[in-house]
Amino acid sequence: MATLKELSNKEILVTPGHRACAGCGFPIIIKQALLAADNPVVVGCATGCMEVCTTIYPYTAWKVPFIHNAFENSAATVSGVEAAYQSLKRRGKIDKKIDFIAFGGDGGTYDIGFQSLSGAMERGHDMLYICYDNQAYMNTGIQRSSATPRGANTTTSPAGSESYGKKQYRKDLTEVMVAHGIPYVAQGSPAMWNDLVSKVNKGLAVEGPAFMAVIQPCVLGWKYPADQTIELAKLAVDTCFWPLYEIVDGEYKLTYRPKEKKPLVDFLRKQDRFRHLFKPENEHIIAELQAEVDRKWDALLAKCGEQA
Amino acid sequence: MSVPKDAGWKDVPKAGRILEPGCAAKYETGGWRTYRPVHVPENCINCLLCWVYCPDMSIQVENGRFKGIDYRYCKGCGVCAQVCPGKRGNKALMMLLDEEAQGAEGDTK
Amino acid sequence: MSIRVAKTGNEAVAEGMRQINPDVVAAYPITPQTEIVQIFSSFVANGKVDTEFVTVESEHSAMSATVGASSAGARAMTATSANGLALMWEIVYIAASMRLPIVMPVVNRALSGPINIHCDHSDTMGARDAGWVQIFSENAQEAYDNLLQAVRIAEDKNVLLPVMVTMDGFIISHAMEVMHLLEDEKVRKWVGEYVPENPLLDVDNPVTVGPLDLYDWNMEHKRQQAEAMIQAKPVILEVAKDYAKLSGREYGLFEEYMLDDAEIAIVVLGSTAGTAKEVVKALRADGVKAGLLKVRVFRPFPAREIAAALGGKKAIAVMDRSDSFNAVSGPVFAEVRSAMYGVENAPKIVDYIYGIGGRDVTMDHIKSVYDDLAKIVKTGQVERALTYLGIRE
Repeated sequence: MATLKELSNKEILVTPGHRACAGCGFPIIIKQALLAADNPVVVGCATGCMEVCTTIYPYTAWKVPFIHNAFENSAATVSGVEAAYQSLKRRGKIDKKIDFIAFGGDGGTYDIGFQSLSGAMERGHDMLYICYDNQAYMNTGIQRSSATPRGANTTTSPAGSESYGKKQYRKDLTEVMVAHGIPYVAQGSPAMWNDLVSKVNKGLAVEGPAFMAVIQPCVLGWKYPADQTIELAKLAVDTCFWPLYEIVDGEYKLTYRPKEKKPLVDFLRKQDRFRHLFKPENEHIIAELQAEVDRKWDALLAKCGEQA
Repeated sequence: MSVPKDAGWKDVPKAGRILEPGCAAKYETGGWRTYRPVHVPENCINCLLCWVYCPDMSIQVENGRFKGIDYRYCKGCGVCAQVCPGKRGNKALMMLLDEEAQGAEGDTK
Repeated sequence: MSIRVAKTGNEAVAEGMRQINPDVVAAYPITPQTEIVQIFSSFVANGKVDTEFVTVESEHSAMSATVGASSAGARAMTATSANGLALMWEIVYIAASMRLPIVMPVVNRALSGPINIHCDHSDTMGARDAGWVQIFSENAQEAYDNLLQAVRIAEDKNVLLPVMVTMDGFIISHAMEVMHLLEDEKVRKWVGEYVPENPLLDVDNPVTVGPLDLYDWNMEHKRQQAEAMIQAKPVILEVAKDYAKLSGREYGLFEEYMLDDAEIAIVVLGSTAGTAKEVVKALRADGVKAGLLKVRVFRPFPAREIAAALGGKKAIAVMDRSDSFNAVSGPVFAEVRSAMYGVENAPKIVDYIYGIGGRDVTMDHIKSVYDDLAKIVKTGQVERALTYLGIRE
């Protein structure tokens, strides 16, 4: 595993001058992911904040070849790029080793791009799909997605006198991807740079498809001060709301176990999207959310062969 | 990418392709800033956490050591100061109101 | 010179794709296109092509992967019909705006609903403003010939637009006919090597494609796209001329059949032209000055050339195998009549919507159209501007 000192000698293949909000989480994810690559990388990206903020014509923040096609087809598009690579390599027109990363937000991955992702993974393209999961449709103004946690206030699951926010628990896409039987699946957090870099590195190195869900705090959508991005990405992990684990060829492995499992409220309290949950009439929801985190965490520990 | 102001539709690459990699670096976002991080060298342990977490690639590093802050792009989010462990509880990056910090010690502009 | 074979339209097109030997094909089965995908799969399975065949999970992904492959620098193809084309709609527009020389056979089928698997042109007519070159075929021979030419048209430096080559579902796609294939080597040489512009896989020269292009430059890029379609017209003719040298078969923007001295004529696309030519022959035998104009290239629309060809006629019927539901006419009529505007002594012009959902169109139907035209000429009166041909009243 490279140290930060070693990594800092590498060229960062995404530039400043992008228009993401101050404190946005996704540029940190791009930076760490591209630092993890050993080979030249071609990147595809779904419509969303990442694409919009990094490629406002005539500017691009990407120093690697980059393609944006549409919202729901990042995986299919990159599968085509990868197919072209396999074909041209076979025909002797390319001799370099090239890696492929498809990015998508949670809307473009869990929801509208779900079929495209499932198809690309099932077909076995040699590519890494990274979902930057900020838990709502942030680019269009914070609408709920199937990745939005239960209880969150979004513009289409607003909290109100008769509502505590989103009713449903979030879809566990990571587990759905495990069910695809692909060689590598992982969850990451930009707060744990070494864990994330190492996972991207593994995801690119495996032959065949790899999937990573990476949590991405969003200043606007989660409603917190801009300097708290990494703090929240860390709290998500330390409360076991967003465990860091990987599945290599079907084998579960916990890659980070918090020394002390923090209560979920530590994560919730810092975000105004959950503020309404702290009203007396909604407090039972917090208890339910905690119980769900506990249940899933225990199940994960069992899968990873860890002591509860 | 430089698109000349007087360019017409025949003069620009097809389909909106951008042929100059990383040319967003020509677009400076420093003007968005309200607060700016100011470096306090004596508290810096060169852990480079600010470098790896800065969303705007605005922490400059040379030979594995903190070199400076690129205020042309820094949007003043404060992540660097937040993640900074500093030395004995004293952070090596402080957030100061931008105009007040102009010319303050540690300003590497 | 060439190989005489009996093939269905789907088989002929699949053979053409084998000879082109594209780098990538990403396709999804749909009736009546399915056989193309099946036959091509067997070519892949038996090493007859070097193509990377991507068995996508939908047409949306078929076009998405094709766009990815083409952007990467590959010669890329797909094929579809009707609802498949509709599902890829969003990306059909994107392929054209990204200026990718993708070639796509479309086996025409009625667009749902109600669901129907048979031929009409509602699928490709709906895509007429998507920015693709559209070439229609009368039979399997033309579908094959058009497919080969499409590659050269699409990849021409002055064009760089995707091309749809259409053939009528079942009527052409599934009907066996005697046709001529060219030799593999000849085709490969004629089609030539594809040299992509700004491919993604040129990692030493990283390009960003598909950026956010707002009001500042979007209109200039769309103007470039419009220019490419204008430039496509002469290129289509040049390619056709070169193809005639190779095959002995000549193509234009449209075909004129006994049109020169005709007084009445119909404008038609696709397989119906074959039926209509027989009617014209019979009418001519009876001394009726009937003629026919078969549109081959619908996009770019050869408005000026069609106006010149129809200028001196007395009455014209446009045959539309789809409806625009605009309470006026079908789409071909709208184009043709617009082309005729301002033409001196312009003929009377009427529209017939026919063959919807595979409704059979017989020689008698076509004959009735010419009879209507003869009546218009005789009376100088147009009774009906739009007729639904063969409808139960």
